[in-house]
Amino acid sequence: MDGRQEFESHSSEPPVVVEMRGIIKRFPGVLANDHVDFKLYQGEIHALLGENGAGKSTLMNILAGLYRPDAGEIYVKGKLVHFSSPRDAIKAGIGMIHQHFMLVPSQTVTENILLGLDQPRFILRLSEYHQKIAEFAERFGLKIDPKAKIWQLSVGEQQRVEILKMLYRGADILIMDEPTAVLAPQEIEALFITLRKMVSEGKSIIFISHKLHEVMEIADRVSVLSKGKVTASGVPAKGITRQELARLMVGREVLFRLDKKEQAPGDVVLQVEDLHAENDKGLPALRGVSLTVRAGEIVGLAGVAGNGQRELAQVITGLRKCTKGKILLNGEDITNQPVSYSIQRGLGHIPEDRTHVGTSPNLSITDNVIMKKYRQPPIARGMVIDMNQASQFAQQLVATYDIMVPTIRTPARLLSGGNLQKVILAREISGNPRLLVAVQPTRGLDVGAIEGIQRLLLTQREAGAAILLISEELEELISLSDRIYVIYEGKIMGEVTDGNIEVIGLMMTGTPMEQIRQGVQ
Amino acid sequence: MDPIIILQAGVASGTVLLFATIGEIFAERSGVLNLGVEGMMLLGAMSAFSITVKTGNPWLGLLVAMLAGGLISQIHAFISIHLQADQVVSGLALGFLATGISLVLGEGLSKAGTVSLMPSFSIPVLSQIPIVGPIFFTRHSVLTYFGYLLIPAAWYYINHTRPGMNLRAIGEFPAAADTLGINIYRLRYFYVFLGGVMAGLAGATISLAIAPGWFSEMTTAGQGWIAVGLVIFAQWDPIRAAFGSYTFGALRRLILDIQGPTTILGLRNPFYYNPYWGFFLQMLPYAFTIIVLVIGSREAIRKRLGAPAALGTPYIRGERGL
Repeated sequence: MDGRQEFESHSSEPPVVVEMRGIIKRFPGVLANDHVDFKLYQGEIHALLGENGAGKSTLMNILAGLYRPDAGEIYVKGKLVHFSSPRDAIKAGIGMIHQHFMLVPSQTVTENILLGLDQPRFILRLSEYHQKIAEFAERFGLKIDPKAKIWQLSVGEQQRVEILKMLYRGADILIMDEPTAVLAPQEIEALFITLRKMVSEGKSIIFISHKLHEVMEIADRVSVLSKGKVTASGVPAKGITRQELARLMVGREVLFRLDKKEQAPGDVVLQVEDLHAENDKGLPALRGVSLTVRAGEIVGLAGVAGNGQRELAQVITGLRKCTKGKILLNGEDITNQPVSYSIQRGLGHIPEDRTHVGTSPNLSITDNVIMKKYRQPPIARGMVIDMNQASQFAQQLVATYDIMVPTIRTPARLLSGGNLQKVILAREISGNPRLLVAVQPTRGLDVGAIEGIQRLLLTQREAGAAILLISEELEELISLSDRIYVIYEGKIMGEVTDGNIEVIGLMMTGTPMEQIRQGVQ
Repeated sequence: MDPIIILQAGVASGTVLLFATIGEIFAERSGVLNLGVEGMMLLGAMSAFSITVKTGNPWLGLLVAMLAGGLISQIHAFISIHLQADQVVSGLALGFLATGISLVLGEGLSKAGTVSLMPSFSIPVLSQIPIVGPIFFTRHSVLTYFGYLLIPAAWYYINHTRPGMNLRAIGEFPAAADTLGINIYRLRYFYVFLGGVMAGLAGATISLAIAPGWFSEMTTAGQGWIAVGLVIFAQWDPIRAAFGSYTFGALRRLILDIQGPTTILGLRNPFYYNPYWGFFLQMLPYAFTIIVLVIGSREAIRKRLGAPAALGTPYIRGERGL
């Protein structure tokens, strides 16, 4: 009823298409949404900002019909709705484009778009639909080959299929869950153009993000969630600064400057020569990668997800065999050697999967931090682990690295992402590594924790460690790295020393450095 | 040792594997691995034979066998879909249960004597084609002919119909199907049921057509396991499954026949003079099954073979994107 009034009283403004009121959603042990109100006007891009775990995705999954709220009301175009499945939400015109694309990799673009629809009734005459879908895509300026299988498409193209899927269902309210997380800079530009075009045609878009600069660029209005509560509701994006947004997200001031000291790199610590390796499917993942990392420098590896970064990190850290090529650590050959061999020679590893590779979730923090030290005295006493020494060591790390834990006997699985990552970093750094391979060290962490982790990496750089930083966050790579290599389909496209984001972007989409240089000349 | 006769008998006995394999393909394409095929087949064979003995109507026997297979499969469906238990364990348990029920209810059935069988006939015109005619279209059971129709039908259904597209989607990436409003649980129950029906049909095909009678566990003699192996060998494709089923059927027959003559190609037949060599041959299909299952259980190889990506994993909404 109230929604109705609002709808009319602001008749000079664009109409409200979605209104969520007093939404509460609990998960075991977490209050994900705590009395959240949210309002979306027609024809706007409304950014929903917040750290990981702030409740953005939960709120939007409720709007998309995937979860049911414990309390609260949702009005769509003035009408009270109760969604019991995504199908209901789609019928009401709400389509969600998930962060992990909801596409069946082995099926074609057309099949993915038709999936779950009532037409065709029984027999799939795909050839008829190919034409229809190509024309439909053209209308929105989204070029796509309807016959291609999803796994053959780039991430940017897959996202286009996701958008098309929703438009084809007649969605006029699109929820985009961190749509830029997996895209190269040029693809992000293309996405933004598409979004603006859709808005100009009267569609409304909710843009979920935790990246401030993107929100400032694309959004008309911003709402901020922090720990399940709304801290800013529909603020115009024009009138707000980055610092203010960050404060609303985190609840405290955040420094955006990292002091990176000028320093000359030392000797070559990691040398990778013509490395070849296969992925889990047995297809070539690395096709002749060569790179070097020197002492006291951070070398970034940029690339769109799935171009061989994971395999490269695994081969260097000894978790995957290479089929060809050589890896030298301080001049010593560690190619296809056991992991312990490389660890003894100064390898530290911050793996991508911090909950299963980085730690053992059911073991205590003490057990997790002594994993690289339990064989040597003082923690090892012959065959026995000296638990007093182990606890002391754990206490010391917890204090030094400011890790928030109830006790050192707490199982690792109960820690938050940021604290878990600090446990891993503490363990790896305490061994004074010569080489530190860090894969996505800040992924999924809140702004405050990211800052802490980045500082620790810079400290290691000053202490003379060679750091290979593999990340999909370009901003992070550019601010931390001394040099950046770009990987594409298992090959190094080139190396950037000045942090030129356009050159990096071009290489991320497959243009080698030589071509870019020729283009300039 | 007439090759035509071996192949003809191979097609007949391969029909059993064909039904069971295609049924399991449907279940696995939906994401549910059911290792209870052998047990469900035995239940089908027992109920088909038992009903036919009592009523004299093999068609009724066939129907009951299919229903029995379908119904008992729902235990596995409930445990693995709703309770999200390990599919391997649940499937094995189902197999034991179904085998046990069959043996108890089939007690004394082996002395039942003759029953009226499924009709056999030759197809006019087609049976006159040289070589192909005698192998595929002469004096076969009606079930064998049904098998011929089933192969393209199953292939077409999976690849060229809307429900088939949904089936592939829920086995590959159920979350995507779920966000588009496809009811994953309902479909998985249905395809596990279909797999059970087909296993029941396969069992009935043995006891009513291919090797009539009831011989306790030896009725199916591990063919359900061969079917499970064939699914992997066939890479979840009905046409390849047909090829594998008929080949294995012919192999079974060849292994029996090769022990008969005293000479082969003018040489002393070692299988005649050393009868225990025949046991070795008889073992081969099962050894093949073990090898295929071991290879197929490796994640990397499964991916390469094109296994449904979600095979063996229960679907729980909200695991992603939370």
